[in-house]
Amino acid sequence: MNEFALLLAATIASGTTVALAGLGLLLNEKAGVLNLGAEGMMLLAAVAGFAAALATGSDLMAFGAGALVGGLAAAVFGVLVIWLNTNQYATGLALSLFGAGLSAFIGQAYTGKKLQDQVIHEVPILSDLPFVGDAFFKQHPMAYVTVAMVVLCAWFLYRTRAGLVLRSVGESPESAHALGYPVRWIRLAAVVAGGALCGVAGAFLSVVYAPMWVEGLVAGRGWIALALTTFATWRPGRVLLGAYLFGGVTMLQFTLQGMGVQIASQLLAMLPYVATIVVLALISRNPLWIRINMPASLGRPFHPGA
Amino acid sequence: MLRLEPRAQPSMAMSLASPLIALALTAVIAALLFVALGKDPVRGLSMFFFEPLNGLRPVTEVLLKATPLVLCALGLAVCYRSNVWNIGAEGQLLLGAIAGGGMALWLAESGFIGPRGAYAPLVLAAGVLGGMLWAGLTALLRDRFNASEILVSLMLVYVAQQLLNYLVFGPWKDPRGFNFPQTPTFDASTWLLPIARGMRLHWGAVVALVAIVVFWIFLFRSWRGYQLQVGGLAPAAARYAGFSSRQALWTALLISGGMAGLAGAMEAAGPLRQLTPHVSTGYGFTAIIVAFVGRLHPLGILLAGILLSMLLIGGELAQSRIGLPNALTGVFQGLLLFLLLACDTLIAHRVRWQGRRALSGRTVQ
Repeated sequence: MNEFALLLAATIASGTTVALAGLGLLLNEKAGVLNLGAEGMMLLAAVAGFAAALATGSDLMAFGAGALVGGLAAAVFGVLVIWLNTNQYATGLALSLFGAGLSAFIGQAYTGKKLQDQVIHEVPILSDLPFVGDAFFKQHPMAYVTVAMVVLCAWFLYRTRAGLVLRSVGESPESAHALGYPVRWIRLAAVVAGGALCGVAGAFLSVVYAPMWVEGLVAGRGWIALALTTFATWRPGRVLLGAYLFGGVTMLQFTLQGMGVQIASQLLAMLPYVATIVVLALISRNPLWIRINMPASLGRPFHPGA
Repeated sequence: MLRLEPRAQPSMAMSLASPLIALALTAVIAALLFVALGKDPVRGLSMFFFEPLNGLRPVTEVLLKATPLVLCALGLAVCYRSNVWNIGAEGQLLLGAIAGGGMALWLAESGFIGPRGAYAPLVLAAGVLGGMLWAGLTALLRDRFNASEILVSLMLVYVAQQLLNYLVFGPWKDPRGFNFPQTPTFDASTWLLPIARGMRLHWGAVVALVAIVVFWIFLFRSWRGYQLQVGGLAPAAARYAGFSSRQALWTALLISGGMAGLAGAMEAAGPLRQLTPHVSTGYGFTAIIVAFVGRLHPLGILLAGILLSMLLIGGELAQSRIGLPNALTGVFQGLLLFLLLACDTLIAHRVRWQGRRALSGRTVQ
């Protein structure tokens, strides 16, 4: 009976990575910038986080290192697309390819290294509850922080003035510019914040979820997080929901194998990617629905004075 | 201070110079990296830019690896010129290898045994169809369901890799292969033969050269190619002229999928002669860089394909001769594309030096 509780717990752990990255990309896209470099930023941050955890033994330092590296990589991307007006797709792609290369290069020293044994995290009292305790209250603190961040992000975007300005920059940069807001700097700030969140996601993956480093560890989660923003129709709460759904599908393959289902493991490993494609197609099917929800200037460069 | 000033006309000269500047900057950063790693920078750079061209044998190896890069990049150039963002050439290439490999295995099993290389065209045709099928999936989802071709084509790379893994670990595994994940060696009648004895370079390289000419004609001398490019440059104008954007989507994706599939089948039937999980070493992704560095132009793609192939071989040489990890290639590839995009700013802008006094008179953005 506890198997289902453990499946739920694993689902949350697996979904947390994608949720963090998806939330970061949501911030980017709300400001009108599409960063296809998510995969690369997460890979770089995963190595940096792993290295920091190995050196200090502290998860917090690992997340910090991940956020720093993710934010730095995003800043390079941001300067290129915002000031030099390079193509957003191509530049994001360049970041993904560069991140894959550099992380493989640096990561070579960390392949096969082991982190210290993980501390077992339990919420006092609540974790003793039958079923619910095993399912929800034995998570790494970052899993709860992620939920809090989703709430915080929704509050920021829809209930604060700064959030309104950020959204206006993504909807109509010309109007925001006319009102005197520094459109480019706001976009850069959103890009860096988004990159930092992707970085924390990468570090969580290599330090808590995996916990190890191998080349290509992120395995498409950055791209899935990008699909997630569309799936969520750019709403923070739905990003979390979608991320757990993805986590559930990822875990389903192991559950099915555990139950002795006679399907080759390679075919089961396709599940998360196929599910992402199917969900993406279902949500995108209605162009009007997408147009209403998508930030109106997503992916469009802004030249002041032009 | 330095200021970027828009040019009246995009600079043609800068468009050609930009890849060279980016390459030079990449080399400078590479040299600094070698110094930081405690290696002789001259020797390090020579691994990438001199040794791969030093002698007939290395040159044929460069051309061998340039072949799939050029084939994939030609198709991608058509996509990017049509503003269709296919980034899943890697998956289409894998499907081409699977389809081509499947055809080769099936022919042998069905008893079609012929002279060496007799059935290679069938294998390549199967590869083209496999790649088209995979890209067609992306086109279908974009066309019917409005799903982003960027994300779908990329997701399909992971699906294709797992499909290949499934086949070589499962139903297609060589029963006499000591349990290694690989198919039996293909029959000689399905091989894509080498151009000369004792050489790995196969006739696919010649096909790639022909493809360069064909694509040049298609892009710059054909009505369909013209329609595609108008659609990419000015979608509104294309709509007004009655050019179908759906047709453009399908054409671009099927062409690039077919080319990537061809490249995959060539890898399987040419140098490998069997399927393993490692049919491709990221050719489909490197081809994206080839397409951009080659300015989406068939001739440029030939040069860029050779350059990126040199970087691939340079990485192997750096590993075996000076003990640096092969992953260095990936760093240089990404760096090159990054720097290229930055330098491309100079196509539409010029850099002007302006003193503070000159600036103070006007509104500064």
